[in-house]
Amino acid sequence: MILRPTLEDVKNIGYHLGKIIIGLGVSMLLPLAIGLIQRELNPSLDFLIGIEIAFIAGILLKKICFSEKNLNWMQGMVVVSLSWLVAMLLAAVPLWLSGHWNSYLDTCFDTMSGFATTGLTLVQNLDHISYTHNFWRHLIMFIGGQGIVIVALSLFVKSFSGAFKLYIGEARDEKILPNVIHTSRFIWLVSLVYLFLGTIVLGIVGILSGMGFFNSFFHGACVFMAAFDTGGFAPQSQNILYYHSLPYEVITVIIMILGAINFKLHYHLWMGNRKEIFRNIEARTFVLTVTLTFLVAAIGLYQAGIYPKAMVLFRKGFYQLISGHTGTGYQTIYARQFITEWNDLALVAIICAMALGGAACSTTGAIKMIRIGIIFKALIQDIKRIILPERAVVVKKFHHIKEIFLDDKQVRAALMITLAYLGLYGAGTIVGMLFGYPFLSSLFESTSAAANVGLSCGITSTTMPAALKFTYIIQMWAGRLEFMSVLTLLGFIAAAFRGK
Amino acid sequence: MVKRAISYQLSAVSLIFILCSVCYGQVISSSELISNAKQYDGKAVVYAGEVIGEVMVRAEFAWVNVHDGKYAIGVWIPKDLTRDILFTGSYKFKGDELEISGIFHRSCQEHGGDLDIHAQGLRKASAGYRVSEKLNFDKIKVILMLLGVLAIVWILSLLKHP
Repeated sequence: MILRPTLEDVKNIGYHLGKIIIGLGVSMLLPLAIGLIQRELNPSLDFLIGIEIAFIAGILLKKICFSEKNLNWMQGMVVVSLSWLVAMLLAAVPLWLSGHWNSYLDTCFDTMSGFATTGLTLVQNLDHISYTHNFWRHLIMFIGGQGIVIVALSLFVKSFSGAFKLYIGEARDEKILPNVIHTSRFIWLVSLVYLFLGTIVLGIVGILSGMGFFNSFFHGACVFMAAFDTGGFAPQSQNILYYHSLPYEVITVIIMILGAINFKLHYHLWMGNRKEIFRNIEARTFVLTVTLTFLVAAIGLYQAGIYPKAMVLFRKGFYQLISGHTGTGYQTIYARQFITEWNDLALVAIICAMALGGAACSTTGAIKMIRIGIIFKALIQDIKRIILPERAVVVKKFHHIKEIFLDDKQVRAALMITLAYLGLYGAGTIVGMLFGYPFLSSLFESTSAAANVGLSCGITSTTMPAALKFTYIIQMWAGRLEFMSVLTLLGFIAAAFRGK
Repeated sequence: MVKRAISYQLSAVSLIFILCSVCYGQVISSSELISNAKQYDGKAVVYAGEVIGEVMVRAEFAWVNVHDGKYAIGVWIPKDLTRDILFTGSYKFKGDELEISGIFHRSCQEHGGDLDIHAQGLRKASAGYRVSEKLNFDKIKVILMLLGVLAIVWILSLLKHP
């Protein structure tokens, strides 16, 4: 029997949602400050409107739904999934007012893409957008990468009941420190330290590449936020190709890899446990899958014959591959070139890399390395069971911060999520094909959206059907939250109608 | 057999189109260059559009990104030729409109495989200008109205819960 949600459930969800909306409004003060510094009048007005709407909605929800009860699991999951939808709608307000998006749906597509750290975009005339709006595009990636609720947990709320449930709901199943709020703050500390260092390095490279002082550091900060949070937005329409700079590409590759590493691993590396990176199952799996997928991509590109020199082939092939594998989506080629210049083999390699993703408890999407590692270990364990005598006891371990015995529960969980991702990639592909796009292009774009990558082969454009835009929004949302909280929300809605 | 004949005919038409474009200085769009990069690879092309971002000087040359309304393409240009470029497109500026003649590369071996144009000549078709920003009073009205609503909501929120 399904129980209909009570008024208390709805109030508790609304109350916490209100808190998160106020947090989002506060975060809009940053682009507003940029607008005032740069004396961009109308963009500043756009953000004033956005802030006011967020505060009104947040305060109203808090007042109407006032609750002092702790969140239970169901409520926590619903708060998380709804937060992402509401954040998408509210963050889109100032962007839509800029006039750089053709419709509110297009703007919502970009804000979901930003929060989910995907990087697919429908913005128009990006090269003439204000600093204020451009900064917000990248800031939402930084906020989304850490987790919208984590932002509220660590910065805007002193004590938060049910914090652990919200933390889990945002697809972070590992606590770095015993307390969830301390864990959230540690994630912020890591991100801010790298933001500072990354901006300086990219800023200096920008100056050496011939850019002006302010633009170098502005681009540095934006590119860092989007690269570390494996997002993929860039300040200019040509993405990373705009810079025509090898050092810029090398540094962004390093930042993308840092973003794809588990925050728990970051913690242990910071604490001096450097050997962990060589033993960690995620790090090892990442090296293995990058090597294998790059080999396939390199053979494909060699066959295509577009890059006759080995170094050029490596530079173009490896950059797109690592960008896809880490879930970033930075490109140094035009989207159409994937279809017109690369062959099917190279495309399949990129699709596989995108589908695999980076580490758990990082800013990447997709299946993730720990699950691939666990499934691989389980496969070896099963093969050993067949080969060895029946009496032999086969025990398999893997190293993730500590030695962990592989059990069926872990394998089942890894397989379930992997299957869910494969289903999501497939569903988007079918929708793409229903609208007349070829199979490989549809698979590429669908995987990119669902795995929160952002590489595009050209399907994503303002002219694509609204239903396909909507499909990609759902894919980005479900893929980023790793299904649980989204499924809980669907169950909550179903219970509201059919429950007793 | 028929398919092969059609493909030969299409190739011939494309070749004639490319040759005509170059001979008569017809501007080729970025979409055309990117979609049919193989056909234009290593050939002289004329490309036109607005300079966006910044002129990035690298020793005796510079990178200029030129946007024709659909895509921006990087143009590798001798530094001396960039002297005429006074405005580059951004939020506050409309960039100079340039007409560039040069050699198109689908994957430039000199520049790490970038799709680019090595400029041989440059003509400024029209000068850029500073875009004057007019304050949008409709937005100010909305802000004031929302401010009123926010004040009421905030006062209501101060009321104690039963």
